[in-house]
Order: sequence, then structure tokens, then C-alpha cells
Amino acid sequence: MSTTTENPTGTTTRTVVVVGHGMVGHRFVEALRSRDTESTWKVTVLSQEAEAAYDRVGLSSYVGAWDRTSLALAGNTYAGDDLVDLRLGTRAEHVDREARTVTTSTGDVIAYDELVLATGSHPFVPPVPGHDSTGCFVYRTLDDLDGIRVAAESAIERAAVEGREANGLVVGGGLLGLEAANALRLLGLTPHVVEFAPRLMPLQVDDGGGAVLEGLISHLGVQVHTGAGTSSIAAQDDGRLAVELSDGTALLTDLVVFSAGVRPSDAVARAAGLDVGERGGVLTDAACRTSDENVWAVGEVAAVEGRCYGLVAPGYTMAEVVADRLLGGEATFPGADLSTKLKLLGVDVASFGDAMATTPGSLEIVHTDATKGTYAKVVVSDDARTLLGGILVGDASAYTTLKAYVGREVPGDPGALVSPAGAELGADALPDDAVICSCNNVTKGSICGAIAEGACDLAAIKGCTNAGTTCGGCLPTVKKLLVDSGVELSKALCEHFEQSRAELFEIVASTGIRTFSGLLARYGTGTGCEICKPTVASILASTSSDHVLDGEQAALQDSNDHFLANIQKNGTYSVVPRMPGGEVTAEQLITIGQVAQDFGLYVKVTGGQRIDLFGARVEQLPAIWQRLVDVGMESGQAYGKSLRTVKSCVGSSWCRYGVQDSVGMAVDLEHRYRGLRSPHKIKFGVSGCARECAEARGKDVGVIATDKGWNLYLCGNGGQTPAHARLLASDLDDETLVRYIDRFLMFYVRTADRLQRTAPWLDALEGGLEHLRAVVCDDSLGIADDLEAAMGRHVEGYQDEWKAVLDDPEKLSRFVSFVNAPEEADPTVAFDESGPRKVPVLLGLPTVRENA
Amino acid sequence: MTTLVSPPQGMSAEVAAAAGRNVVRPGILPSPGARQWVSACPVTALVPGRGIAVLLPGGAQAALFLLPNGMIYAVDNLDPYARAAVLSRGLTGDRGGEPTVASPLLKQVFSLRTGAALDDPEVALPTYAVRIQHGTVRVGLPLP
Ligand SMILES: Cc1cc2nc3c(=O)[nH]c(=O)nc-3n(C[C@H](O)[C@H](O)[C@H](O)COP(=O)(O)OP(=O)(O)OC[C@H]3O[C@@H](n4cnc5c(N)ncnc54)[C@H](O)[C@@H]3O)c2cc1C
Ligand code: SF4
Ligand code: FES
Repeated sequence: MSTTTENPTGTTTRTVVVVGHGMVGHRFVEALRSRDTESTWKVTVLSQEAEAAYDRVGLSSYVGAWDRTSLALAGNTYAGDDLVDLRLGTRAEHVDREARTVTTSTGDVIAYDELVLATGSHPFVPPVPGHDSTGCFVYRTLDDLDGIRVAAESAIERAAVEGREANGLVVGGGLLGLEAANALRLLGLTPHVVEFAPRLMPLQVDDGGGAVLEGLISHLGVQVHTGAGTSSIAAQDDGRLAVELSDGTALLTDLVVFSAGVRPSDAVARAAGLDVGERGGVLTDAACRTSDENVWAVGEVAAVEGRCYGLVAPGYTMAEVVADRLLGGEATFPGADLSTKLKLLGVDVASFGDAMATTPGSLEIVHTDATKGTYAKVVVSDDARTLLGGILVGDASAYTTLKAYVGREVPGDPGALVSPAGAELGADALPDDAVICSCNNVTKGSICGAIAEGACDLAAIKGCTNAGTTCGGCLPTVKKLLVDSGVELSKALCEHFEQSRAELFEIVASTGIRTFSGLLARYGTGTGCEICKPTVASILASTSSDHVLDGEQAALQDSNDHFLANIQKNGTYSVVPRMPGGEVTAEQLITIGQVAQDFGLYVKVTGGQRIDLFGARVEQLPAIWQRLVDVGMESGQAYGKSLRTVKSCVGSSWCRYGVQDSVGMAVDLEHRYRGLRSPHKIKFGVSGCARECAEARGKDVGVIATDKGWNLYLCGNGGQTPAHARLLASDLDDETLVRYIDRFLMFYVRTADRLQRTAPWLDALEGGLEHLRAVVCDDSLGIADDLEAAMGRHVEGYQDEWKAVLDDPEKLSRFVSFVNAPEEADPTVAFDESGPRKVPVLLGLPTVRENA
Repeated sequence: MTTLVSPPQGMSAEVAAAAGRNVVRPGILPSPGARQWVSACPVTALVPGRGIAVLLPGGAQAALFLLPNGMIYAVDNLDPYARAAVLSRGLTGDRGGEPTVASPLLKQVFSLRTGAALDDPEVALPTYAVRIQHGTVRVGLPLP
């Protein structure tokens, strides 16, 4: 039976069937489709799992987030590619090599020209009595983890009722076993690990490293039982499992996870009569061709020249080899590096090259630091010059560079490589053919080549070389190469977002994503931090008029924005009523005085022509705002990255020199821009004549009156690095002035980095002031309408944030010192009023450190 | 091109339901030994990603956090650097996967799991065990 058809370009199209859509199966399809420019192959992929190929290496990160989409491998559905037919939830049941067909679990019979087996492995479950009891799991697929999660959660509930802690047992203390133990811990169980060998991770580390590792891991609350096997498992009446170890230990556990190694999933291949390796796996030659010339095997199921590889990198290489062969190439599998590096429970472990010093005559140099909990060993050749391998526990920062040196002569004394005082090996000293990213086999040469061709950040290097796209372990070294090359440092906001603030702003504006979690899921990693959360909160606030405490946004705000007041050193807040232009009525002033008196607040006049009331406790804030609202005032932002104040001189209405009404203009401007969230704080000043009494040129936006109108100055800053504002345009009428300020502010809000004030922003702006003038005055980018419309929406949507809290019982309920005692004042807040002014008294805790 | 031919295998209805349910569970396990359990609040009063302070008998304060993934942690509310009871008002997040809270005053970052100050090996906050019973979050104090 032949599947040959004509394709549009006149060449023939043949069919390759891929069995298994794991990491390697997917890589094969990608490799074939990207190289097969003539479309000579049609691909049918059978995937037993319901999920399209996902990042199994990162499986453990599924715990906690429980978000399947974040593990999906890029391009795993082949959307838009008509030559790939991906059939999820479909097993290959039977291969008829004679007829060249595969029969699926859905009953379809698919004809192939070539067959690629990428069925991976499955966990080995030792046949101990009771191994199939309810509560026994393996750790390989997303579904496995969902099962463990359900069991762990009910175990915790049960344990809580019984007043004990819930625990889980992992059989196997290798790499995966420790990952599983960490997962159990994250789920809230106390993990036990049983390892048959005398040390943890017996395949990767030696006894010395194992001892340091065991110490570090026990310290994290994992109970380690080494040198013991599992003898039996018996279900108990209360739903728990009684486990007996070979050393006589008896444990009661809520669940068991087997992680005692894997076995190649070669059942279909065996049934089809293909040769298999001594220890299982589909036997292939160096071209990954099996005993049938039309059948290939790649990934964990392949026994290439008799040897199986349990890592993803060799699997990827095999995928590339077969793709090349199907297109007429001659590639062969070169063998693979079995180095590993991982971070388990926060502990770094790495082993590389000849870690166990099996090379005849090799020497080991070991450095152990018991207090720091680190173990480092390098293995060198008998002349102590060539690096052969090594093991790092506790601190594996040197891993990528050391590994790249394997098989090469080390510059200087090899002992220095592991001694903390010793010279660090620089990535710059590495030769061009040293492999930096071992997952994707990318050399230093190709990374530097990409940089030379203009890849100027990590994302670009990842995009054009694939380096760093799998385990990410090589990223620090890639970054170092980037920095060494003189390219400007990454603009990554923090460890959770690789984008800069401006890029995130663009993303929010163009995708319409309105939640932090949505943005993180699609464009970031992890759960966020004190850097990215407020930044995203600010972007969301600049692009809509939702209240800053609405929905999920509440959890993103810095404490000040969260409580809409300014936190002070003892945890109390200061309230600064809005006073545009420094204008205040007698009635308002009296109210402020009474509030200060009634709440015992310390009063100080600020530099921004406002009055600051210090020392209010969280639960007092709403009452204070209410008093202000009652006399037609509102509180104001003396906090947050937002418009602060518009300072003004008294201007033409009172001053004999004045040529324009500076107070009136200041009041209008503050009312227009109040509440605007920005990359950093923004201040305005308005002076009524060239004498400049309002010091407007020290402000982000300085407006100075002329006979004919207003001069507009931009990007002046006070603070640590003062800068004078620079003249943008002269003699503007009121309307043009406001239009230009609208455009300027929105342009800054969109393009500045986090915490970049206007002066450094202008310095960094390509083309400087000229460019800014072109954008604001001449609309050189054609975005002026857009900027004005965005500001229009802000002005339109402004609401008194403080009053909105008073009007919303749910938000109001958060303004308490203690959730379980809402009436209680915080007893730790105290003041000293014996001196010339009221001051907060800090707690008499043992001080951390003088300079802290 | 993706075709889902058969319904997902190996995923029981129970598992599927659990995946969609927002389960809340304690992140800090009780160490063995008797303790007093102080009621803090209904689980529903917690805002994911935010903290809240709990007054404990004897005047101590715990900062209780619910993370978006459903884990609940409690550490001491006193910021040892600032010497003020403010940590419940800090921002949560993670550093390399470790759940954290940053002080709202001087932004030192602490592990919510262990209480350790992540940039200062000498400093750690006390942590408290947490449990949820009948929808109420309780904070565990070791008996004196
Ligand atoms: C928790 C964990 C952590 C790991 N960490 C690392 C690490 O840090 N570094 C590293 O290099 N490696 C790591 N690995 C190993 C790595 O995940 C594997 O080497 C890699 O996934 C192998 O890819 P594969 O495509 O060969 O097999 P798999 O990813 O197992 O994919 C095979 C797929 O084929 C399917 N299948 C099987 N039989 C059939 C059939 N008859 N019909 C249809 N479909 C079928 C299976 O269901 C599976 O989906 C880890 C593995 C796990 C489980
Ligand atoms: S700037 Fe001019 S108008 Fe304003 S107070 Fe000074 S002198 Fe008067
Ligand atoms: S070494 Fe794993 S991604 Fe580069």
C-alpha cells in the first residue's frame, strides 16, 4: 500500500507517521517541517496523552500553578500547517510492517512510508507487595500530577481532622525522586525519601557529594532513608498505607510515589518484531534506524547502538538526525553528554563529564565547605592539566563554564577551579567550539555570531540559536557573553518578565490583557514579585479608569497604593489632602486642623504646597477621608508613581508683576492630571512671570507665563540628580499648552522604564529633545491623536479613589489592623511627644544590624 | 492542525473537577507537638496575593497570606529591619519559585515558607502553622 500523492509543486509527497507526541516527537516534527522546504513529507502524529507535547523537563513547575498552558511547548499544535495531522488521545496499538500500516486505538488504519517511534519511557514500579494499592502513584505526566494533587489534598483534610500532619513517601532518591519529594512538600505533605543506594542521586554524585546533599535536603524537612529498600505496602482501614522498609523501619504514609527509574515504552515495537536492546529500548544504528529500514526510533525509547538516554538533549539530537535522514542526509548520532544540573528544593546539584573519575589515572580535587553546605569536585587527567569532569553540590554557578572546559586544558592550577578563593573561569577564555547550551547543542561561537549579527538581548539570542530554551541552565553564561560583547544589558523587568516596562505597556495596549495573571501566564514566568506587580498595576491603571483596588489589581499595589496613603517608618500612614496650586479656604484649613487634633496627627507643610498629616493608623484612614469629603476636599497622592502636585506662585491675580493667572492654570492642570499613574512620580510647577517664583523649571512639567501665553518646559527633576527642565515650545495659548502636556505625559507613560524619571528618560531618548519636540509639536510619529485620546479617557474616568473606598463596604473592610479583631488598634504603634515634636517610637526588637 | 479524537484518557471526573476547583491549603506544616489554634478569619476574607494581620493571644501578631495558587502561609508580622508591624502589608511573589513577601518599608524579601530573609542569612522571621477547618483559617501557636 502506497501513500504517494502529487503535491502542488509536482514532487511527490510521502507520509511519515510519528508515534508519541512527547518532547522528542514534537522536536522531530518541527525539525522535519522546517527543513522540508519542498513539502515532500506529510506527517501524522499519534499522541496517547490528551495534551499536545509539553515540557516534561519542567513538569514539577505544574505544581502550584496548575496551569497546563504554561508548560505547552511552542508550536505544539502546528496551527496553520496543513501537512501535519496531530491526533491527540490516540494510541498506536499495532504496527504491521509488511503492510506498512499503524492501527490506532480509535480503529483507524494509517499507512506510512516511514515510521518514527517516539514513545518515550514509563516509570518502573518495583513489584513489591501492595504496589498497586490506591494511593500509589508515578511521576511522569500532567495527569499523574493531577492525581497526586487530589490525593494530597484529601490526605491533608483527613490529617487535619485527626490532628496530625500528612505525609508522603517517595520510593527512589534519584533526580526525579527528589523532584517528586519537592512536589509533595509544595502540596503540603511532609515527604520521606527511600533510596536503595547508600546516598541520594547515586548516578550523579559520589559519596562526599551525597553526604552534603543529604544534609541540605534533610534540613529542608525531607526525611531521608538511604541504604534501604521498600519491602511491602499495605492499605490500612483509615485510608493510609503502611510501608515497611528493608532495614525494618515501618512508616504510615498518606501516599506513595514511585520514582525508581524508567523503562523504555517499547511494547508496540516488540510486538511488531523489531529488535530491542539488552535492557529494553528499540535497537537502532547510529542513524537511529531500527532493524526495519522504514522504521526509526528517537528519544528515550531508542537504544542507539544499544544504549538508551534518559535526557532530553540526546533525544533532540536523534530527532534532528532522523529528520536529516528522511530528507536524504547522512547525519549520525554522535553520542551524548550526560551532564546534569538541577535545582532541587533550592539546592543546586550538578555533575558533568567523568564525574565518577573512571578514567585510568585520573585525579580528584575536592573542596567541601561544611558551614556553607557546598561540595565541589573536579576530575582531571593524570598530568593535572585536562579537565575530565566534576560534581558540584550546594552551589553550581560554575557549572556551565566548567562543563565547557571538559576535555580541554585548564588555564592555570586546576585546584583553583573548586577553591572559593581561586580564579573563576571566565566564559571569555573559552574557545569558540565549546558548547554553552548543552540542551540544544549551541556553541560559544554560534552565540557570539548571533550577537555580532545584532541579537542584542536574551530573547533574540534564544530566538536565533535556541540556546537557553530548554532547561535555562546556560542562561547566566549566555548573559555573560552578551555583557562581555559590550551589548547593553537586558531590559528585563525582573526574573518574572523578560520584557521592559515599555514593552509590557505595548503588550497590554495591543492585546487588551487586563489582568496580571493573564499577562504573567502569556508573557512571564513564576508568580511575580514586588517589582513587576506594582509596575503592571501602574500600566493597568494608566490604561483604564478602574479603581486601583478593583478585583485582582488590589493584590498588585504597593502598600501605599493599597491603602491610598503614605506609609511611614512605624507602619502608620500620612494623609495629604489635595490642595491644587496650594490654594485652600479657611473652612478647609479649619477642618484639617480639627482632623489633626481629633486623630492626634503630627502636621507639617510640604515642599509641594500641601499639608501633611502624619501618624494615622490603617483603621483611621477612612474616617479621616470622610471628614475631608464632608467639606468638599479629597485626599491626594503624596505617594505612588503618579501625579503629585502642581505648585504655583500667586500670579497675575495678586502679584504686581504677574502676566498670567498661574494659580488658575495650576488648579486646572492638577484637576486634569490627578490620579494619573506613571513610571515614576510627576510634579508640575506654574509661574506667573519670568521671575519663576514657583521654581517650575525644577519640575517634570514647568509652565512659565509670557506676555503672549505660556512657555512649556519639560523633564526637570529635583531629587538625587537634579536637572533643569528644557524649553519645548514658547508662547502657547491655553488649549495648545494642555494638548502638548497631554501628548508628552502619555508618551512618557508609554515608553519609560520602571522608575525612570523624566530627565533620564529624555537623556536616553534617541534624538533627545529634538525628537521629543517633533513627536509632541509636529506629531512626527502620527500618534498624537492616540495619545490625546488616551489622556481624554483618563480625565473622563477620574474618580475620587478615597471616596470610592468609603462607598464600597468590601474595600472598606480591608482597612483594619487585625482581621480577627477589627476594633483593635495595633498595640505596637507608639509615639513620643516629650520632645519638640511628635515622633514614632519603633519596637524594642533586637535590631537586625545597625546599617540595615 | 489538531484533532481531539477521543476524550482525554486517564483523567477521571474527580481529577477534572479538582483541577478547576480553587483549593486552599496550608503551606507551613505544623511541627509535631501540642498547640493552640487561633481563629483568624473565614478563608473567603483573604484576597489572593495579599496579606492580613492576625492578633495572637499574648500580643504577638501573625501576617497571614493567601497566594493565588491556593497556598496559605503565616509568618510573624514584625519586620525585624524596620522594627514595625507591617509585613502583612507587603507584596507577595516568588523568587526562583520560593514564595516571598517583601517588606513595604525597606523592601527586604522574606521566604513565606521558612521565614528566612533571602538576602541575609542571619535573619529569619518566626513562622506559624496554619490549618483550615470548616472554612475558617486558624493559626497555630506552640503551647508555652
Ligand atoms: C519530572 C521529570 C523531570 C525531568 N527532568 C529532566 C531534566 O532536568 N533534564 C533532562 O534532560 N531530562 C529530564 N527529564 C527527562 C525528559 O523529560 C525525557 O528525557 C524526555 O521527555 C523524553 O522525551 P520523549 O519524547 O522521548 O518521551 P516522552 O516525553 O515520554 O514522550 C513519549 C510520549 O509518547 C506517548 N506514547 C507512548 N506510547 C505510545 C503509543 N503506543 N501511541 C501513542 N503515544 C504513545 C507517551 O504517552 C508520551 O506522551 C525529566 C523527566 C521527568 C518526568
Ligand atoms: S513668578 Fe512672577 S507672577 Fe509669580 S509670584 Fe513671582 S513675580 Fe509674581
Ligand atoms: S543548557 Fe539547557 S537550555 Fe541551555
